[in-house]
Parts: sequence; structure tokens; C-alpha cells
Amino acid sequence: MRHLLSTQDVTQSEALAILDTARELAQVADRPVKKLPTLRGRTVVNLFFEDSTRTRISFEAAAKRLSADVINFSAKGSSLSKGESLKDTALTLQAMGADAVVIRHQASGAAHRLANSDWIHGAVINAGDGTHEHPTQALLDAYTMRDHLRDGQGSLEGLNVVIVGDVLHSRVARSNVWLLDTLGADVTLVAPPTLLPVGVGQWPCRISYDLDEAIVKADVVMMLRVQMERMNAAFFPSAREYSRRYGLDVPRMSSLPDHAIVMHPGPMNRGMEIAADVADADRSVILDQVTNGVHIRMAVLYLLMGGQEA
Amino acid sequence: MTPDQESLTDSDINRAVVRIAHEILERNRGADNLVLLGIPRRGVPLARRIAAAMSGIEGREVPAGALDVGMYRDDLRLRPTVALHPTVIPGGDITGKTVVLVDDVLFSGRTTRAAMDALSGAGRPRAVQLAVLVDRGHRDLPIRADYVGKNLPTSRDDDVQVTLTETDGTDAVRLVRAGGN
Repeated sequence: MRHLLSTQDVTQSEALAILDTARELAQVADRPVKKLPTLRGRTVVNLFFEDSTRTRISFEAAAKRLSADVINFSAKGSSLSKGESLKDTALTLQAMGADAVVIRHQASGAAHRLANSDWIHGAVINAGDGTHEHPTQALLDAYTMRDHLRDGQGSLEGLNVVIVGDVLHSRVARSNVWLLDTLGADVTLVAPPTLLPVGVGQWPCRISYDLDEAIVKADVVMMLRVQMERMNAAFFPSAREYSRRYGLDVPRMSSLPDHAIVMHPGPMNRGMEIAADVADADRSVILDQVTNGVHIRMAVLYLLMGGQEA
Repeated sequence: MTPDQESLTDSDINRAVVRIAHEILERNRGADNLVLLGIPRRGVPLARRIAAAMSGIEGREVPAGALDVGMYRDDLRLRPTVALHPTVIPGGDITGKTVVLVDDVLFSGRTTRAAMDALSGAGRPRAVQLAVLVDRGHRDLPIRADYVGKNLPTSRDDDVQVTLTETDGTDAVRLVRAGGN
């Protein structure tokens, strides 16, 4: 693996290697010194064309725990807001000696463009491109599922995962569908028909329009954020109706099997797709997802940058 | 690949393990405050065996764990990424303890250096000692073993192959001469 652009490119053995590495790296968080010298002298650039707090600081924390130098480059207040092209930005980063670039961009395919150009030589990690993919989020979700429901080992064979909400705009859903399928889980997408993308029938998952029916046998329920900022048309009649049909409230949560966990990639719209009492419930693992995100990103940085130059 | 006369058989390995156990106890005047940490992979079962032998002699449990050094190596960029192994610190803390690092072969000393860095990330031991099954010479760094199962004179290009029941099915040490077959 030279870049991490899409979970479609990741084989099962690569995915398991990332999860296993993350599991070992998680131990470092319990030690007196929470830092490893592994990437000393290497530079990681966080190139964020789109607002993000948690993903950027998660990557930053991961890189720093591996002793890499981190440069944060965000669109606001930089030459990017003056209209510099992706190419010129990339050439600048190359000239500064970036060993890896973590990129978030509002255009689907931006990470792919960067990786397949000869603008930069380092590893490219996709931290979210438009409505396309967000592979490290899917990996940390898979890690969290494995940790809670599979004792932190092996694949996710036979695990029943229900992903609910705005699939149309969700790169998290796309990356999860491919990765979970690779790891052997059974995925069901639940969404209003207006929030499902064209061609979803070809994805390796089931589609349902009835949340109450889908969650009865679920091991995992993953609620997606309703992305108002990407919606330029009316996708559902009202927030209230959406919430009633596709939101996870307390009565609905009680129909889940006892062992089932509730996930959300954040940031949450409390009261919209997820009720506040559900977000704070014992079976909600939303904060574990955040913690595990650092471990997963450390594993990805180590596996892409730790060894011999390709 | 014919085994040379220097190689160790399973009973040689057993005797070396028992002797190292006695030497550790003698030098540290008992097993108080001692922790054995094996370096993956083959140092881990060796540490367990030495600890078991010490437990037998002292009549009390001697803790043994594992210390992965993969992330601390200085040759990371010269090789493909290595898979990580579990680190197991008995009791969770090594601060104030005497740690005996256990490895199968001592060669350049770089693994031991990485292990000492890894240890400092896990706490502040009172003292660190080193036990190896085979010392084959050719150090790159100023590092010396406190307990040696067997000194094996080698040339730099020779290959020392250690196999253990737990990891490989049989106990043996073979010296494969460079250029020979």
C-alpha cells in the first residue's frame, strides 16, 4: 500500500493489518510516555480545503504521537483562498519536503488526482473527498465494531450493520459499505429514497426504507449526519418527519438486541438523526470512535511511512 | 545445510536456560523486584522458560512479559514495514523494577538499543540487564550481554538460525556458514 485513497482498494489482509497494528498502538496510550520515535524527522502535511475539526486534530495527534513534524495547511487564511490551484499547492508542498499529505477536499476525486499526478512523491491519505470516500473513518468504525463485538480480533464475518440516513451525501457510508463488505459484514442501508444515490443497487449491501424492521436484528446501528450544508434541494418534507421516520430515539433504541451498539461519525445533530438520550446511552460508542480514530490514523501513517521508501 | 559442531541441541538449550536462571538469581540475590521481558518473537518464549526455571528454584512466581521494539528500530526506513507484536508488561509498570531483557541472538546490538528506548517509554526501571541464548559477536554498538547461553564465533555473513518449540516446533540453534550449503 502506497496511498490510502479508497476502501475499495483495500484487501482484507491489508485491512486486518491496519486493524491489528492499531490495536498494538492503542497500548501506547496507556504508557507513561505516549509517544513513539518511529517517524522522527518525517513531515506530515494536513491539507484541508474544507472545514474539519475532529479529523484534522485526530491526524495531527496521530502524527505527533509517532514523532512526525506536522504542518497544517487550511483553506481559510492561506493562498488557497486566493485561488491557488491544487497543482501549485501540491508542488509547493513537494518543494518543502512533505513525506505524506493528508488531504480533505470538497471535490470528489481530489485525493486520487493528487496521488496519481507526479506533483508530489509522498504518500497521499484521503481524509474525505466530496461525497466520495473517507477511508480512515470506515477503518476506525470497523475497529470499534471489532473491539466491542468481536473481542478485537479477526474479521467481521456475519456482523449485521445497519447504516441509517443521508447516504447520498455521505462519504462515510460509501467507505463503510466497501470496507465492511471486504471484512465479511452484512450491511443494510436505511434511508428515504431521495437520499440514496443513483446506482446504489450495485453496492454490496441491502437497501431498506423501514428502520423499525431493519434494527431488530442489528448488531450495529450507525446513524449518519443529515448534511444540511450539502443540500441544495428539498430531500424530505420536514426535519420533524425525517426524525420520526429515520431518527434513532429512545423507544426505537429499546427494540435493538441487548448487545447492539450505536455509532455516529460526528458531528451530531442531536434531536435530528439521533436523540440526545440515545447519544449519551451506555450502548453508544461515539466517543470510543473518536479515541480509536487516533489509533487507526497512527497505524495508517506507520504502514504508509514507517518502512522503506517505495 | 549441515549443522556445525557449534550448534545447540534441545538439551543444550535446556541447560543454558537453567544456568541463566541460576545466574540471574545469584547476581540479583533472589527474584525480588525482577521482571523478565522477552523481545519478540523468540525472546518471548525464552523469557517464559527462564522465568519458569527461576520460579522452580525460588518456589515463587517470577513474572515474564514481552516488549515489542519494532517502532523503536533505527533501520525502519531500510526495510519494508514490520508487523507489530504485543507488548505485555507484567503488573503494568516497570518503574523501580530490575528488568532482564531476553533475546535469542545478540549480533549488532541494535535490537537491544531499540529495546532500551522502548523500556524508557514504559517507565523508569531501577536497572536493566540483558540475557541472550546466543552471542555471535560483531557488535555495532557498545552493548554487552550479562547472561549468555553460548558464545558462538561467527563471521559477519554467517547465519545463526534459532528455532524454538513454541514458535517453530523444535528446539535447536544452527550455524549456517556463508557460502556453504
